[in-house]
Amino acid sequence: MGQQQQQEGPVPMEEDVKMETTAEDSRHLQHGFSPDYLKLYYGRLFPFAEMYKWLSYGNDGKHPGCDPSFIARREFSFTLEHDIYLRYLSFHDASEMEATIRAKCPHKIDIGAVYNVEPAKRTAYSGAGSDRVFSPVERELVFDIDMTDYDDIRNCCSGADICLKCWPLMTIAIKVVDTALRDDFGFEHILWVYSGRRGVHCWVCDARARRLTNEQRTSITDYFRLYKGNENTAKKVSLVAASLHPSLLRAYTDVCRPFFEDTILLNQSLLTPEGNYERVLDLVPDDAVKTNMRDRWQENRRSSAAREDVNASRWRQLKQTLESKQKGQALRRCVEEIVFSYTYPRLDMEVSKHMNHLLKAPFCVHPKTGRVCVPIDPQKCETFDPTTVPTLSQLLNELNENEAKHSSINNGSKTRDLEKTSLGRAVHFFQTSFLDPLLQASKAEVAAAYQEKLHESASRPTLNW
Amino acid sequence: MEFKTATNRRLSNAASTGLYGTGVGGAGGGASRLSLYQVAPCVEVSIEEFEQFALDRLRVLKAIEENRARGRRLEEVEAVVNDLWRKHMRTPNAADAHNKDMISHFVLRLVYCRTEELRRWFLGMETTLFRQRFRSETPESQRRFMEECKLPYKAINTTEFEAVKDKLGQVARSLNQPLPTGMVPFEEVPELVASRRVFLQRGNAFVPRDQLVAIVSNHFRARLSKALVLTNRKWTATIAEEEKDRLTPIVEALSTRYLGPDYSQLKSKTTIGLQDLDSLAQRSFPLCMRHLYTKVKEDHHLRHGGRQQLGLFLKGAGLKLEDALAFWRAEFSQKMGVEKFDKEYSYNVRHNYGREGKRTDYTPYSCMKIIMATPGVGDHHGCPFRHFSQENLHAVIGGLRLNAHTVDDIMGKVRNHHYQLACAATFEGVHGCQCDGINHPNQYFEQSQKVLNPQLKSGGDDLDLSLQGMPVVPNS
Repeated sequence: MGQQQQQEGPVPMEEDVKMETTAEDSRHLQHGFSPDYLKLYYGRLFPFAEMYKWLSYGNDGKHPGCDPSFIARREFSFTLEHDIYLRYLSFHDASEMEATIRAKCPHKIDIGAVYNVEPAKRTAYSGAGSDRVFSPVERELVFDIDMTDYDDIRNCCSGADICLKCWPLMTIAIKVVDTALRDDFGFEHILWVYSGRRGVHCWVCDARARRLTNEQRTSITDYFRLYKGNENTAKKVSLVAASLHPSLLRAYTDVCRPFFEDTILLNQSLLTPEGNYERVLDLVPDDAVKTNMRDRWQENRRSSAAREDVNASRWRQLKQTLESKQKGQALRRCVEEIVFSYTYPRLDMEVSKHMNHLLKAPFCVHPKTGRVCVPIDPQKCETFDPTTVPTLSQLLNELNENEAKHSSINNGSKTRDLEKTSLGRAVHFFQTSFLDPLLQASKAEVAAAYQEKLHESASRPTLNW
Repeated sequence: MEFKTATNRRLSNAASTGLYGTGVGGAGGGASRLSLYQVAPCVEVSIEEFEQFALDRLRVLKAIEENRARGRRLEEVEAVVNDLWRKHMRTPNAADAHNKDMISHFVLRLVYCRTEELRRWFLGMETTLFRQRFRSETPESQRRFMEECKLPYKAINTTEFEAVKDKLGQVARSLNQPLPTGMVPFEEVPELVASRRVFLQRGNAFVPRDQLVAIVSNHFRARLSKALVLTNRKWTATIAEEEKDRLTPIVEALSTRYLGPDYSQLKSKTTIGLQDLDSLAQRSFPLCMRHLYTKVKEDHHLRHGGRQQLGLFLKGAGLKLEDALAFWRAEFSQKMGVEKFDKEYSYNVRHNYGREGKRTDYTPYSCMKIIMATPGVGDHHGCPFRHFSQENLHAVIGGLRLNAHTVDDIMGKVRNHHYQLACAATFEGVHGCQCDGINHPNQYFEQSQKVLNPQLKSGGDDLDLSLQGMPVVPNS
């Protein structure tokens, strides 16, 4: 374990808005989370072995081409009790990592970049004369999607709160981003994780992704950026081109439109009452259409379509008006603009743009909710329910119950503590659908790089003999 | 690049890789005139030429910067660049033109390698210059240039084309472009990816012929960026010391003569006090800072981007660290209490003043940086002229009590994307006097102070602000 340093540099942590940590949080603390529980969690449940294997990327020493210093050059950062940050920690091996985490019992573990030298020893390289400037060389491409960025379209809750009415926004985000990362960018090793409270994180771990420059990272985040502006801008989504980009068209037809019409429109009650529908009408650039709609909706004739949800029928009216007539291209785009405004993913851009940005590790426990940051299966993300994610206290209860049940039977067979709780399933998913294929690919890369090196040195004449 | 001393007045390079050992080119008639500047020329150069060539090239780069600051469109800049290049880089003997190009480029590398700020400026200007020059080459010489640079470009065959024809059509139609003819790894074309101007499939970007310029200039940029860092190391490690009597003074003078004022140092002895902030914000802050100031007073909070933009501006305007801490604490603590502020935010304030962490004295943001910002939900930083909707901007400008004609003028400039000109017009409207252009919020502030308090002389040796952006070199 290296020397401990206070946070250095104004690297914004993923949660810039820390305003709402007030009394309501301390209530959660009672049942979901406590430092003592956390000690037990790190002692018996945290999947150290899997995490270590992941971050080694096949550099496990079993192949002569392995880079033994690889994981030691990875930055970890801990947030201890009372918001004490320790940055630039690094570990030489699995046991050092495990021992340090158990000893420090961090409330949050962040994973940073792989640097050219061990982060813990970085000061030794920072002298002016040194030509090895401490700098990041490799880093997963990461995304952070946070529900607070959707506040202007949520009618159910705001800020750090989430509920099952707004969570589908995250489902949409996962589906759209995951598909584009695979089909457009050709990435394969993608891990989605619940952030523990109000959003999701994404780790793209392909070798190609880990080696992207900051500029390339920025270009990918911009590729996903449709939603622009804030309260000072009128229209947040502007589609000016004559036809949608294939990636947007796919997102629109496969995900955004169906989710908008079947879920968001009704869940968020977008077109009733007046305050809500006015916000939708703000996105319509044609005054005649606006007046027309207002006239029809203010009368509040619910009877006409009694069986149908009033939001759905109003959406049908608006869509027909916008798509019909000789309103032209600008208004036709308007339907897509509205749908995208209310559904298209909003990424926290800054997190993805720079290699050295920190992101919370999977399987951490969120101190405010007590929930574990479990992986999400992008194939089945619509079934993911953030309100049933295991909490720290729940896991410890499961562990106790299981042991009470089996204390009489002492057959010596060693089941991991993990398997006795509902966290076992999450770790199993992490292992089989993410870690195993990733390690297979990583090992193949290590071997290929080694072959190439051998080949190179064989063809180069040596002076020795 | 190395300049070695051979005689007192001549430079030469001992290692010989051939006169035109540069990626492409050579003096041969008809060959591409472009270069990726990979190897420094090994020719003898007189000290006079060393400096003169560099100045000529600087005039071109500086003019490019001015054109960009005015928000001119690409085609307009292109025409200007070609004229400028002909005007300044002409040599009596056509065969020497390539030499002058090479020498001036490598001299300026030395000049502009020495700080992050200088490197970024040089990189931007040289890339623009290169892009314009590549654009004006014939397709044939463009193709040859790409081959010689070994760019990872692959032509697409008919089956590949048929499989994605519809999607390529969607992109091409919406951009009014010809259909793609080849593909490159998406990493090669970040600009096109960022603006969704290419079709992507499994990591490949399908690019039409005329987008090649983006790929090539990207390569140029990447290589130059790396080279500048290396040059810097070499400069600090050896050249600066070895050449301290001969080249170092020239090199150092070249960059300072051309830079605008550095707002990280409080050159003027004027400082501003906490009690004056309200009235200064009213009278002398540019719109972007007024907005942030109003917001922090209203909300008692600003997100990171806003804190940085306003905080560094206030520092540049002369707010001392103690006063800055008092200011932010007074606002933020109303919402979160003093303790939380001291724990989570005061570090950030001290950091900006170089008292924490890396101990870098951070520079206030320039207009360019502010305009390029991407404010999101809950953010208030950025340039109002660029980031506000027409209605909101109109409302804010309305609050300045300008006459209708000025307001129309400002809004017109905004519609044409001339954000800095709109800001200058606002300055003129508010202060009722001429303004030569706004490149920096602190420049706006200082000019405003000068107009409002003519007796307040800011330091005598201060650069005259009106000259910022103009060549200060005597035209010989």
